[in-house]
Amino acid sequence: MDLMNILFIAPFLDMADAPVFLAEVVISGVLTGVMYSLVALGFVLIFKASGVFNFAQGAMVLFAALTLVGLMERGVPVWLALIGTAAVMVALAFVIERVMLRPLINQEGIILFMATIGLDFLLQGVGQIAWGSNVKVLNVGIPNKSFEVGGILLNEFDLFAALIAAVLVGVLAVFFQKTAIGRALRAVADDHQAALAVGIPLTTIWVIVWSVAGIVALVAGIMWGAKSGVQFSLSLIALKSLPVLILGGFTSIPGAIIGGLIIGVGEKIAEIYWGPAFGGAIEGWFAYMLALVFLLFRPQGLFGERIIERV
Amino acid sequence: MNNARDIGDVLLKVEDISLSFGGVQALTDVTFEVRAREVLGIIGPNGAGKSSMLNVINGFYHPDKGRITYKGTTRTKMRPHEAARQGIARTFQNIALFKGMSTLDNIMTGRNTMMHRNFLWQALYLGPARTEELEHRRAVERIIDFLEIEAIRKTPVGRLPYGLQKRVELGRALAAEPELLLLDEPMAGMNLEEKEDMCRFILDVNDEFGTTIALIEHDMAVVMDICDRVVVLDYGRKIADGSPDAVRTNQDVIDAYLGVSHD
Ligand SMILES: Nc1ncnc2c1ncn2[C@@H]1O[C@H](COP(=O)(O)OP(=O)(O)OP(=O)(O)O)[C@@H](O)[C@H]1O
Ligand SMILES: [Mg+2]
Repeated sequence: MDLMNILFIAPFLDMADAPVFLAEVVISGVLTGVMYSLVALGFVLIFKASGVFNFAQGAMVLFAALTLVGLMERGVPVWLALIGTAAVMVALAFVIERVMLRPLINQEGIILFMATIGLDFLLQGVGQIAWGSNVKVLNVGIPNKSFEVGGILLNEFDLFAALIAAVLVGVLAVFFQKTAIGRALRAVADDHQAALAVGIPLTTIWVIVWSVAGIVALVAGIMWGAKSGVQFSLSLIALKSLPVLILGGFTSIPGAIIGGLIIGVGEKIAEIYWGPAFGGAIEGWFAYMLALVFLLFRPQGLFGERIIERV
Repeated sequence: MNNARDIGDVLLKVEDISLSFGGVQALTDVTFEVRAREVLGIIGPNGAGKSSMLNVINGFYHPDKGRITYKGTTRTKMRPHEAARQGIARTFQNIALFKGMSTLDNIMTGRNTMMHRNFLWQALYLGPARTEELEHRRAVERIIDFLEIEAIRKTPVGRLPYGLQKRVELGRALAAEPELLLLDEPMAGMNLEEKEDMCRFILDVNDEFGTTIALIEHDMAVVMDICDRVVVLDYGRKIADGSPDAVRTNQDVIDAYLGVSHD
């Protein structure tokens, strides 16, 4: 009876008691979720277009953030450092296509996956050799003042991050749906052979998706980096994006966004209201539990394509 | 038969093409030509190597041996996107459409080789790229009218019945304004009425645009009806090559088909 109370009644009474606090918890969850979404988005782009499960997406976030901080530490103005880092990410896409994807064309997915594990180590290593491994402060001049709306404490930085993420997703949606190249990308994601038959050059498409994923990684890197410093642990948020992908479906862009938000909000609420019952630190494993439940009941995720066994 | 139409010079020639998969010899020393503006039929029992031949021509398969001469240039193999750029378009035996995309978008991808603005412009969807997109859109609308598929313009093709999917796939191939059109069993699985429509489209394309067509088909009545010339494959070898009438009465061909079931 006591257990029932702790698990199923008390948390909801707590929520009802302090709605303003609940709102703050939800908002902070949304903002963490936006970050997860951004990383998951990079995964989905690459997975859709090339069927490659890119283990190195987290390392790309770290690498982008390290490059940006490195350039700024050397006195490069913010705007130039941003352009420079974006250029580095595009160059990286060219190199990845040339030395990793092209030689492995037509190989099993698992082999490409292993290659991205190699890429993961390489990027973390190179990033830290080039720019050092100490924790760095990233300040790109995003305002960071707190203010109150209706008793709820908000932070300018968090709002800004959410806005940037929304704009990014909007731009990507237009890019995919309205442009010729977006159509070519969707075609490649749908059927490689048919795409080749209509003359879509796969290699060019790969460079483009890895570039876009690189830019998305840069945006994620800026947000996380500015919030909690640029450090090795940035690449670990990639692990959190795995449950996001399971929730959202590996091939769905809206899925990546909504999955990220659900996990972000879910783990914050779980931590605050159910944490005491479990002795705390739920935030660390809640996402994986949720993913496990999804794997059992809806393996294709919320928005993923239905998996229908061919017989 | 379209005897009035003047058949031109050799557009494509394959010579001594051999291809194997592990132990399976799919093609052995196959040689034939396709002449400009003709409708060539490729027939043969199941597993004869017909699809493999089309795959060699558009570069999906690279032959172990032999030469491919297309528009005067001789190569040992084609590459798919190069073949597409050189004016070779095709359809597949097992329809290969972009299932999640609309009919319109599928056919638009067929214009890919004709998009001239570079990728950056396209990405930005600005200025000239936008004008160009509209021009392509008009060309695609003409194809949609021609194939009488206005009603399914916005439908994701994965939801269409089989016969219509085949038609959309033809539309995507036509969108490239190809010189050589390769059709792998364009009428398989269709009812009589759908077959008649498809025959009409194929002949109209050939008539109006002078498109050269090489098609694989199992329905003999159709082959005899629309082809100017027929190449027969059996166990990866060419056993006959000539007018439909000559092929029909050829003893090797009759033997190859005797007792061999085909659908
Ligand atoms: N990708 C492949 N891998 C292995 N074997 C193949 C491959 N493609 C074709 N083959 C083999 O090559 C032979 C010729 O096949 P192909 O598909 O060209 O025949 P087909 O004449 O098109 O037959 P059908 O009328 O059944 O379509 C067959 O034995 C087939 O199993
Ligand atoms: Mg076949």
